[in-house]
Amino acid sequence: MEHLFSTEISVLEISYLLASILFILGLKKLSHPDTARAGNLWAAAGMTAAILFTILFHKKEGQGIGNIIWIVVALAIGTFIGWYSSKKVKMTAMPQMVSIFNGMGGACAALISLMEFPKMQTMFAAAGANNMFNGEAIAILLALMIGGVSFAGSMIAFGKLDGRIGDIKHPILRIINLSFLLLLLAAVVFIMALKPVEGNNMIIYLFAIAALIYGVTFVMPIGGADMPVVISLLNSFTGVAAAMGGFLYNNQAMLTGGILVGSSGTILTILMCKAMNRSLLNVIIGAFGVSAEGSAQSGDKNVKEISLSDASILLSYSQKVYIIPGYGLAVAQAQHLCHELDNLLESKGVEVKYGIHPVAGRMPGHMNVLLAEADVPYEKLVEMDDVNNEMSNTDVVIVIGANDVVNPAAETDPSSPIYGMPVIKAWDAKNVIVMKRSMAKGYAAIENDLFYHAKNRMLFGDAKATLQKLVAEIKSI
Amino acid sequence: MEEILKFFLEYKEAIFIIILSIFLGIEVISHVPAVLHTPLMSGSNAIHGVVIIGAIIVMGHAEDTLSLVLGFIAVILGTLNVVGGFVVTDRMLEMFKKKKIDKPNK
Repeated sequence: MEHLFSTEISVLEISYLLASILFILGLKKLSHPDTARAGNLWAAAGMTAAILFTILFHKKEGQGIGNIIWIVVALAIGTFIGWYSSKKVKMTAMPQMVSIFNGMGGACAALISLMEFPKMQTMFAAAGANNMFNGEAIAILLALMIGGVSFAGSMIAFGKLDGRIGDIKHPILRIINLSFLLLLLAAVVFIMALKPVEGNNMIIYLFAIAALIYGVTFVMPIGGADMPVVISLLNSFTGVAAAMGGFLYNNQAMLTGGILVGSSGTILTILMCKAMNRSLLNVIIGAFGVSAEGSAQSGDKNVKEISLSDASILLSYSQKVYIIPGYGLAVAQAQHLCHELDNLLESKGVEVKYGIHPVAGRMPGHMNVLLAEADVPYEKLVEMDDVNNEMSNTDVVIVIGANDVVNPAAETDPSSPIYGMPVIKAWDAKNVIVMKRSMAKGYAAIENDLFYHAKNRMLFGDAKATLQKLVAEIKSI
Repeated sequence: MEEILKFFLEYKEAIFIIILSIFLGIEVISHVPAVLHTPLMSGSNAIHGVVIIGAIIVMGHAEDTLSLVLGFIAVILGTLNVVGGFVVTDRMLEMFKKKKIDKPNK
């Protein structure tokens, strides 16, 4: 292929190269705590350059980008909504937000395909081709399929995290899912084998609808607690969809950016599964919940309650206290109070630390982010293995809004769905106080024997209100 | 078979980029601590917003009203992905930054 030399095209391609380099370095930096924030900015800079130079210098068959005013208006609207909503969103709702933005990217890729397919068909029809077996068609169809699945799936994941959508678990869904996937793949081949006829576009709309439905049925049976893994997986899907767009337009920035996210996202998904000691397949097929009846011999077990004054005295006269936070803390927005309690106890000479389970909350690292927001010093956050080593000389463990991550069944009950997952052994401490709103089960919907443990006493109530009262009570001692 | 070989030749550059990027993606994040899983996911979420370039191209060459409308929506969605993704990630990471200030004071 002979290109006529053009300064503008060279500048554009250089900006894409720069963007690709910045994406790679950005991702690299994002995986180290000290450089993570800079990494994010680097990637953002690369993105800005790629967008700006595309608008200025992109040419298709000698024609530059038109409709610039509308493009700028759309960019402005998107920037405003994106900026505003992500500045306003509460820390607890971050996972949902990521899911929505991921879905938007998927929808964007799918829309591009919907617009390019008719063009391609017209072009091939004019050229008198017998079928549509070619790279463009593959890219368009895969981007549409993957983008559509990612969009629909992300919306369902958002609904589940937000508590708007429950789980539908039925073995039949597995069969429906599998057949749907095969149907979609068969449709890709079928559409490519069609003879291109100008204006014959109904098939592509049907294909898009099928992809959307599959996105819904794919995520529907997966337990709400596994949504972070699902979002991470859908994130890598969107990456692949974006890369397909890059293939279509022979655009290297889209290609490298998309594939980088696709592959690193897949690895990240697997790492997340490992942190829960489960396999990706296990998450997708959804062993959780199906066999959730595991240790259901509850009923006549005793739960002991502790009064606020007892709790405050116990805490004030301890040497070493561990706080184990969970999603309940995030929901109650009680992280600042938690830090206040911690300061108060420290002023009384009690050593206070936080035990962080890697998957506590709705996403890995959720608790770190939350406690950092409340200015809890980083040194006080102790990782699970170290926490477990220190449990035996800890006087009191306060479990705030956590459940599955302190469930002894993970160690003792092979029939439990979370058996084998590493947990924080709160029961090894001398005393345990569990703060909880009620005796309801955790997100994995399984019984927690810790609540009935001889060392444990419950402090019922909303985490925020209870912490407030507890702090007041300790102050009055 | 010949079709496949032809396909490879025709798209060899893209195929090379894809394969190399797959390895690069795996390599780049293979040592990430669990704490950073969420921000990293969010950051890479923003990066695949690069799909917006496709939306801009398609809209830049849109001729009829339908493509103009669809393109307009696509650009908005892509921008949401990019801007929202980066801002949310920055907000998450902003909270990690404080520990860096805390440490030297110790």
